[in-house]
Amino acid sequence: MQMRKSVQNLKVIANFRLNDDHHLLQLKVQDQLEKVCPGQFANILVDHSQSIFLRRPFSIHSIDYKENTISILIKEIGEGTRSLSQTPVNDYLSVIFPLGNGFTIPSSKEKVLLVGGGCGVAPLLHLAQVLSSDLNDVSILLGARSVVDLVELDQYALFGKLYTTTENGSHGQKGFVTDHTLFLDELDQFNRIYCCGPEPMMKAVAARAKAKTVDCEVSLENTMACGFGVCLCCVTETIQGHKCVCTDGPVFNTKQLKWQI
Amino acid sequence: MADLTTTIHNIKLKNPVLTASGTFGYGIEFDDFFDVNLLGGFIVKGTTIHPRQGNPYPRMAETSSGMLNAVGLQNGGAQYFASDIYPKLSKYKTNIFVNVSGSTIEEYVACAEIINELEHIAGIELNISCPNVKEGGMAFGTSCPSATAVVSAVRKIYKKTMIVKLSPNVTDITEIARAVEGAGADSLSLINTLLGMAINAEARKPVLSTITGGLSGPAVKPIALRMVWQVSNAVKIPVIGLGGIMNATDAIEFLLAGASAVQVGTANFIDPLAAVKIIEGIDLYLNRHKFNSLSDIIGCLQM
Repeated sequence: MQMRKSVQNLKVIANFRLNDDHHLLQLKVQDQLEKVCPGQFANILVDHSQSIFLRRPFSIHSIDYKENTISILIKEIGEGTRSLSQTPVNDYLSVIFPLGNGFTIPSSKEKVLLVGGGCGVAPLLHLAQVLSSDLNDVSILLGARSVVDLVELDQYALFGKLYTTTENGSHGQKGFVTDHTLFLDELDQFNRIYCCGPEPMMKAVAARAKAKTVDCEVSLENTMACGFGVCLCCVTETIQGHKCVCTDGPVFNTKQLKWQI
Repeated sequence: MADLTTTIHNIKLKNPVLTASGTFGYGIEFDDFFDVNLLGGFIVKGTTIHPRQGNPYPRMAETSSGMLNAVGLQNGGAQYFASDIYPKLSKYKTNIFVNVSGSTIEEYVACAEIINELEHIAGIELNISCPNVKEGGMAFGTSCPSATAVVSAVRKIYKKTMIVKLSPNVTDITEIARAVEGAGADSLSLINTLLGMAINAEARKPVLSTITGGLSGPAVKPIALRMVWQVSNAVKIPVIGLGGIMNATDAIEFLLAGASAVQVGTANFIDPLAAVKIIEGIDLYLNRHKFNSLSDIIGCLQM
């Protein structure tokens, strides 16, 4: 059964520092986890801070139904993410989840490409997990500035063929994700592309997908106050007018968006 | 348990906690979190006669102990509300109010006329204080003649309880409060957001697409309390206090200042259960101070 959203206090059972600015938090859920869709997110309260007022939204990075845990990949960007990434093990975090709509999972086996850049790789691990368990042909392309920014590669490799690009050529092919040979030669072999990362990257990926008429879903990130569709702050322009990224998304088919691509 | 009931015009609320317009959607969004019927009532988001797309993104800026918003009354319009949303609200047994806004007096009247037909709606909250629309909104609520004009016009056609939501962006809020009372309001709610601004210094740009927006959250509470106290002393109709209420203590402060009920707003974004926790907290406070009923503390500030 699809899990209903709720406010829960989750115990931090592990906090791994992955590199200079990435942390992985593992959170224990008290009640039995129900089905969470890849691409759904969690809105986490940042405690012990005078200047942080609102929760911070994070993709659910991976989920372990047996251990009843979810994990969150955090990149330190500002005070809120810094504070959360330093949460000690055994502390509790107030988390509202699962929120939003996830990626479309194909009803029959497909050849799919997952493209992630920067911290946008976060939801793709859970997605790859689910897609590979349905026996889809999964390729995962992750892009970063340099090898030190690529995290958890061994984890992604468990669920598909893994490719990388780095801007300085320190890992995988040199350049942006759209410079990768997958984009140059083989894109039309894919039934579907899933993408999450910085907006310019997602637009570039969406443009290539459009040119080859491959279906493309992207996960957007806008600043939001609530995360469940009442503040109406996180809107994006779609062909049906303003839609909330939190409840109508965060995953959108690029055909729905008014991107100039 | 103490008697938490309170009265706004001819509506008896089972407790004084309402949720503020624009922070509670249509109520339905909170069904997963708690039983909305526990509330004294809730106020549906700002509704206008015509559908509105609202302002462009970005519409929100986090600030110290608060946030700025510039949503701009995005809503599907009064007909959409009546046909698509209203039927879904019939399941609620608590009081539902619709926040009504417009760009002209005619638009306010037309919108209120549609809401007037909806039996299950206990009343309207006339929004003459939205800072995020180019025309109307706050412009009506910042001068006595225009406030009087719009409230009188809606009063002629709206038969049930009419709350008027006041703007804090005025020199003397008691003047507006008296004018609105004189024009036929049954109750006043205050304060709407304070006009504010956020700047991204690195980009040397305003954060909001509209440059300015409405400030809410604990940052505005001292101003809201002061205004609720001033207005409660200036009018005879019941006052509903709001502005930065995050917990039961905040709510009790507003009640002591003279509010007959309160609205929980921005707190809903951070803790969707805030309003129910506040109801429980008010009850605990009354018991702890050995008050039998809520009326024992309304306006009972010891000087």
